[in-house]
Amino acid sequence: MFAYFIRRLVALVPTLVFVSMLIFGLQQLLPGDPAQILAGEDQSPEVIAHFRAKLHLDKPLPVQYGYWMAGGLQGDLGESVRTQLPVRELILQKLPVTVELALLSMLIAVVISIPAGVISAVKRGSAWDHGATVFALSGLSMPNFWLGILMILLFSVQLGWLPASGYVSPLEDLGANLAAMVMPAFVLGTGISAVLMRHTRSSMLQVLAADYVRTARAKGLGEGVVVLKHALRNALTPVITLGALELGTLLSGAVLTEQVFTIPGFGKLIIDAVFNRDYAVVQGVVLVTATAYILLNLMADMAYFLFNPRLRY
Amino acid sequence: MATLGISSPATVVVRPQAGPWQRAWRKLGRNRIAMLGLATVLFFVVLAIFAPWIAPNDPVATSWGAIRKAPSSAYWFGTDELGRDVLSRVVWGTRASLMAGVVSVTISLVLGVVIGMVAGFFGGLTDNIISRITDAFLACPFLILAIALAAFLGPSLTNAMIAIGVSAAPIFVRLTRAQVINIKVEDYVEAARAVGCSPLRIAISHILPNITAPVIVQSTLAIAAAVIAEASLSFLGLGQQPPAPSWGSMLNTAKNFMDSAPWMAIWPGLAIFVLVLAFNLLGDGLRDALDPRHR
Repeated sequence: MFAYFIRRLVALVPTLVFVSMLIFGLQQLLPGDPAQILAGEDQSPEVIAHFRAKLHLDKPLPVQYGYWMAGGLQGDLGESVRTQLPVRELILQKLPVTVELALLSMLIAVVISIPAGVISAVKRGSAWDHGATVFALSGLSMPNFWLGILMILLFSVQLGWLPASGYVSPLEDLGANLAAMVMPAFVLGTGISAVLMRHTRSSMLQVLAADYVRTARAKGLGEGVVVLKHALRNALTPVITLGALELGTLLSGAVLTEQVFTIPGFGKLIIDAVFNRDYAVVQGVVLVTATAYILLNLMADMAYFLFNPRLRY
Repeated sequence: MATLGISSPATVVVRPQAGPWQRAWRKLGRNRIAMLGLATVLFFVVLAIFAPWIAPNDPVATSWGAIRKAPSSAYWFGTDELGRDVLSRVVWGTRASLMAGVVSVTISLVLGVVIGMVAGFFGGLTDNIISRITDAFLACPFLILAIALAAFLGPSLTNAMIAIGVSAAPIFVRLTRAQVINIKVEDYVEAARAVGCSPLRIAISHILPNITAPVIVQSTLAIAAAVIAEASLSFLGLGQQPPAPSWGSMLNTAKNFMDSAPWMAIWPGLAIFVLVLAFNLLGDGLRDALDPRHR
């Protein structure tokens, strides 16, 4: 178990190196001289020279990457051109907001998808099952920013129940925080629950056909115990791993949802940076997102390993 | 003599009574939901091609006398903040969405299939390097990578399509690579090698036709994802630039007028939803029809 974990961790190193090269390489896509572009509106030769020296743009590409990576490993992701703040500080400021949104969305997704998936597997072919399938396909096809807009139209504009925007820190006022977060979390959560429900359903169908489920029924156990205790526990194992892949969707979706509900998180940070031509911030956010995504996937694999004793060797 | 011995049984195998494609097509034709998806896609294709004749008004013509008018007999879908006809803009917006879907998936398809075939066919170090790079791309969430690419390339519809196409390519690399690895050990590939076919000929005429089915299924589903991605980038201001109409950018503007002109937000979103749903239904149907395990 421990050896497996270490092996997986070591295997991450080349992936992370390639990811960092990819993100560093984005800079090469900028048309023209990066120093000139990074200088923004202030095009005086001193400022351009400052950027050129600071980012080692006069050195060969591999050397530039070496400097950038060495900084990154020490937590130095450069400086925002716009705010003059270190990128690391900006990210640490916005990260908790997006993490809260992601956790709430995951919670909503699990609450919707697991029961729906179980019911549609148990009552396969019923109206329930068809309804759940339609819901899943709609969820997959619904652009989440549009769902967000529709919810604002209904709950904020028409009914006036929830605020359309205005994030409040949970440390300040938990009630107001939840009121502002419930719609965006629901929007993100339903999108993921569509996928999770499909996985739960197919995994449950597979498990329900297994011999040990028949045995459990044969010994006279109630259907509820068979489904919840014998089948569901085993069916959920693959759902965990597949669900982890949805964390990427969650992070992508957060960019749009935060834009719709004006939530000052990670997504808003990257979009504002894009429009301010604050490239160091864009690179920093993508690097942190990709690293987080890779680590979360590793954790999901570990969980899969823990829950599935057959894999232990 | 050896050539004859190999080719004559092959001719028997290649021509059964109904070819696999005909069987798949018939199976797809019986799937009503998939056919509904196909019909809806065709409907949007017609809208896109004949937009100049179908749209009742000029999609970019502003009219100060008709600003944010609710839907009426004159303007079925209402008008926007500059007095432009929302219906005409939705009809013209079909072009941007469909083009983005098709062009970006073509980019992913060409990149992905070629690179995936090289990785699967040659194996070894080549495969190893390609697979690590693919992993790196897949480690970045799709839309975030597309946003980053579009940001560095500069905002425009063309760059959005390139960004989406490049971001989605790794999925095709993986799919193709896995298929090629399975197929290259088949007897007919071995036979082709034995009679002296060049690697390029083996790749194109023996391996490629056998990986087409899963690639078609994946492409259809990828178009659905690409349409949403283009709408997302345009919504964020990184896709189609104003005043040219696109569903995503229409929603971006509509967001600012939700109190006074809710209809601006309804129609473009509904169009995205229906088109994406249609591609997903068609893709699911194609998977059922083309995957031999489902037969």
